[in-house]
Amino acid sequence: MEAVTKLDVEAIRADFPILKRTIGDRTLAYLDSAATSQKPVQVVDAMRRFTEHSNANISRSVHTLGAEATEAYEGARARVAAFIGAPSADEVVFTKNSTEAINLLAYAFQNATLDPHADPRLRLAPGDEIVVTEMEHHANLIPWQQLAQRTGATLKWIGITDHGRLDLESVPDVITERTKLVSFTHVANLLGTVNPTSQITARAREVGALVGLDASQSVPHLPVNVAELGVDFIAFTGHKMLGPTGIGVLWAKADLLDAMPPFLTGGSMIKTVTMEQTTFADAPAKFEAGTPPIAEAVGLAAAVDYLDALGMENVRAHEKELAGYMLERLETVDGLAIIGPRVPIGRSATVSFTLEGVHPHDVGQVLDAEAVAVRVGHHCAKPTCDRFGVNATTRASAYVYNTHEEIDRLVDALGKVRKVFT
Amino acid sequence: MNLDELYQEVILDHYKHPRGAGLREPYEGESHQVNPTCGDEITLRVHVDGDKIGDVSYENVGCSISKASASVLYELVSGATVDDALARLAEFTELMNSKGQGEGDEETLEDAVAFAGVSKYPMRVKCALLGWMAFKDALVRAEASIPGRTDA
Repeated sequence: MEAVTKLDVEAIRADFPILKRTIGDRTLAYLDSAATSQKPVQVVDAMRRFTEHSNANISRSVHTLGAEATEAYEGARARVAAFIGAPSADEVVFTKNSTEAINLLAYAFQNATLDPHADPRLRLAPGDEIVVTEMEHHANLIPWQQLAQRTGATLKWIGITDHGRLDLESVPDVITERTKLVSFTHVANLLGTVNPTSQITARAREVGALVGLDASQSVPHLPVNVAELGVDFIAFTGHKMLGPTGIGVLWAKADLLDAMPPFLTGGSMIKTVTMEQTTFADAPAKFEAGTPPIAEAVGLAAAVDYLDALGMENVRAHEKELAGYMLERLETVDGLAIIGPRVPIGRSATVSFTLEGVHPHDVGQVLDAEAVAVRVGHHCAKPTCDRFGVNATTRASAYVYNTHEEIDRLVDALGKVRKVFT
Repeated sequence: MNLDELYQEVILDHYKHPRGAGLREPYEGESHQVNPTCGDEITLRVHVDGDKIGDVSYENVGCSISKASASVLYELVSGATVDDALARLAEFTELMNSKGQGEGDEETLEDAVAFAGVSKYPMRVKCALLGWMAFKDALVRAEASIPGRTDA
């Protein structure tokens, strides 16, 4: 393991012009990176350079620009594959975002279920089980819920303890011989919990189920190596990891991608086509119908370069330190209750909380007046809200560019919230 | 931004001391509305008494803007004629869609003119309108359930 060094936050901040922005007369304190991260100039410049210099469609044209664009797009794929420790770039499918990546998988199951010749691992019938957790983002809940409803399979879930951790004791009961798929969040977007994976993946293997992760909140913040995790697939998105919107990733093992029927069909994903029949290209092209997000892939590769230069171990250490500071300071606010783990162990620097007697919308509004940007609402995790008996939370989330001073400003602004509403 | 403009005293007063809160009988129409972006909810009942709104009763969870708005709604339409209530609904909706340009007529909208500042904040307009959408829907249901009334 590489030695952990402290991030040079001042130097990092200089790469993010937006952090100099003022709201009213205050400098922005951006604590909403779990919703979307900001982009460094390196990412913006890479996309502009590509657009101004090499823009063309990929895999079609023999001209110079076409070749450059194809090289840039496929180079981005290889870059992302290396970043997550994928054995082959062909295992990386570019999608629109994590939601589309997970839907791509869910529809592969659905389409396989309709095809008697499809791989039996992907075919569902009444009695089969799909397992998620109670702390999923809707992106890793609703596609499976809908798939279960359409195929007659049963959706089951691993519950959450009062401390905001997965109830791992229930794993042997929830994941059974009837389970065909386990898909769970690596890092919970509302609670900030970093889930231990080995017990769940081991149990999934034991019963012969496929297993994968919603890694939307982990790939940007922790070293993630798919080989070490021992999973069949992960999904994540570019815009939460310093990259652009409009591009996400599904990584899956080659043999799984081979067995999966396509989700979207059309241009670029075929081998041969007649009016009656089509044969499909091999993965990843089979899953990338239509012109893909090319400039966005270039931007994502630049974001990966940026994160690699920082070192993901250093990123993790920086955020662990910020998580500790944020938890400690928030606990000093009267009437504040943290929803999720209260210690900076096995948790991210994403902290949800409620403020007694004040609705999160009002909290967010007063914080905005102090130029502190947080997210309020149910964070696309309504079942998690229900589990903790709240309608909504306020969520502050930190990343590589955040400082103690910004967390102090959050805490000071929360004091002002109480003054307005009590 | 000017917080005082958004959170006027009158709005905070309605939020802290909501008028007409709670669900009551009798009622002919009921509506449940949700703001999917924040999870705020309201259940609102309308009792129509002849050509008047006999009562508006409600139960809600939400932010100060959505709760104060429901309280102001109760004061404005409870006891008013159906025609006047519909006119207030149209006026308030127009004020909320005015993007900070409208002031509202204090003669007719009373405390609801305090919401003029909210119309500058597109993220909060939905909060202010939640109760009013429920009222509109509940009134349609109430009118539909009363024999001989089909013109609502």
